[in-house]
Amino acid sequence: MSRVPLPYNQKVLELFRNPKNLGRMEDATVSAVAGNPMCGDMITFYLKIDDEEVIRKASFESYGCAANIATSSILTEMIKNKTLKQAWNVSWKKIVEEIGGLPSIKFHCGILAVGALRRAIRKYYEEKGYTPKWLPKELTFEEKQALEEEELAERLAKRMDGQQ
Amino acid sequence: MIENVEELIKAHEKLEREVYLDIENSSPVPEEVVEAMLPYFTTRGYGNPALTHKPGWEAYEAIMKAAQKIAKYAGAKTPEEIAFTPGETEANNLALIGAALASKAKRKKIVVSEIEPVTILHVAKMLEEKFGCKTVKIPVDAEGFINLENLEEAVDKETLIVSIAAVNPEIGTIQPIKEAAEIVKTRNPNTVFHTDFSDAYGKMKLDFSKTDIDLATISSYKILGPRGVGALYVKQGTKIEKIIEGQIATQKFWPGIENTPLIVGFAKASELTFTDLDKNIGHMRRLRDKLMNGLLSRVSDTLLNGPSGDKRAPDNVNISFLRCEGEALTIELSLKGVYVSSGSACTRRLLQPSHVLTAIGRRFEAAHGSILMKVTRLHTEEDIAYVLKVFPEAVQRIRKIVGSTVVS
Repeated sequence: MSRVPLPYNQKVLELFRNPKNLGRMEDATVSAVAGNPMCGDMITFYLKIDDEEVIRKASFESYGCAANIATSSILTEMIKNKTLKQAWNVSWKKIVEEIGGLPSIKFHCGILAVGALRRAIRKYYEEKGYTPKWLPKELTFEEKQALEEEELAERLAKRMDGQQ
Repeated sequence: MIENVEELIKAHEKLEREVYLDIENSSPVPEEVVEAMLPYFTTRGYGNPALTHKPGWEAYEAIMKAAQKIAKYAGAKTPEEIAFTPGETEANNLALIGAALASKAKRKKIVVSEIEPVTILHVAKMLEEKFGCKTVKIPVDAEGFINLENLEEAVDKETLIVSIAAVNPEIGTIQPIKEAAEIVKTRNPNTVFHTDFSDAYGKMKLDFSKTDIDLATISSYKILGPRGVGALYVKQGTKIEKIIEGQIATQKFWPGIENTPLIVGFAKASELTFTDLDKNIGHMRRLRDKLMNGLLSRVSDTLLNGPSGDKRAPDNVNISFLRCEGEALTIELSLKGVYVSSGSACTRRLLQPSHVLTAIGRRFEAAHGSILMKVTRLHTEEDIAYVLKVFPEAVQRIRKIVGSTVVS
């Protein structure tokens, strides 16, 4: 095992310095959170969705590293003016591609971003009370990963409380 | 990837000032030290100190003089008690593994504290796995202090070695190391007492010869000497064996050709630190308090990690910035010319944040937002004023990105 350096590329650095679509959205149609501060990795997505199920506005808040901030920010750009179905189909690999590459140990940031977005989309349909045919019943890989990270945080929290 | 790094470095152009505070992980070497080293690369003492010619004898002379100097500053009885190694990691390995080899694995218990440096904990784990040793970790309180009664209880006739750092490198806790060594030796005179003294050398006064310390790791770069060199103080009569094999050298515990220029640099850095030691310590303590109190008063939602005042190393500042992830903050500060490190899982590339911070009861969130800084004798009031100017805005910007995601 070696300690990988983190030579973030220009695009990541730029999005870290000047994140696009940053901040809480007061008139959001739906919002969702993924991750846990215990893991140092947490994202909130806000979506403004119109009657045609098109995302008109997307914004984020992020507690995490530069890669977490940059991947969240670029995802909000990628899903703007996209239908929910199109947005659902954005994979973490597409995010990594769009951002011009990430150190492999930071892939999980892209995965968590997709997990948070898909959670928001599911929440939207739950609130609407119907499920479109294209929406998978089973949790996808990215959603499972987000869940796993949250469960890990809970286990760590319990272990810490046990120690104190 | 190389293009990325070039761009990252370019992003730092036009900085008003640069202040390097990441002495924990590496350090710059002052001109004076480099000048002392240079001739030993180019014009003298470039020979092998064990051989019979002038460049060899010059090397031997330089190494002996360096050992004499360091022995004097560390309070060793003789220069032979200073064993040069290629660094403190190696010195820590030599101490623990060397003691295990010398005992022929008869005694199997290793006693450390929960907050020992990673090297010590990793070596202890290796000795458990390969030698069947057993490690007992004694707990620390909320400021990182060990309890001497716990130490006394932990040491018995089975105890091979005890390793307690005199100063914790992350949170600056100054342990009662002299008393700890006494207690260990009273419980079992055969137990070897080791201390990682890397963060104490040049930061406090202690004569090893007047203590029960058998082995002490000292570091060069932490006093602004070159990297790649360190030493283990080995009290006369202490039973350890070398841990690597090779051509016998003048350094009996480290085979291979000695790196004379680095050893000379280490001695020069020691000289610069220990000449006017009180003044240097006073200077560091003043800047430390200015930095620490300045940040605690200018930034909201902070926690000081480790003790304050005389119980803390004069150079160490470690603060948790809540609702602020450490890696993001180190990058933001870097872009402003302030270079620090964090105990967050991200900067450590591990799943969990600093074991030291969790051991003193910090929640993971607080550990992720921790920043470690060390001042040196060469930092100035202006340096600290600059850090205090840019730091609050850096935290503020990262917290703006966090927004309402995390509520503390």
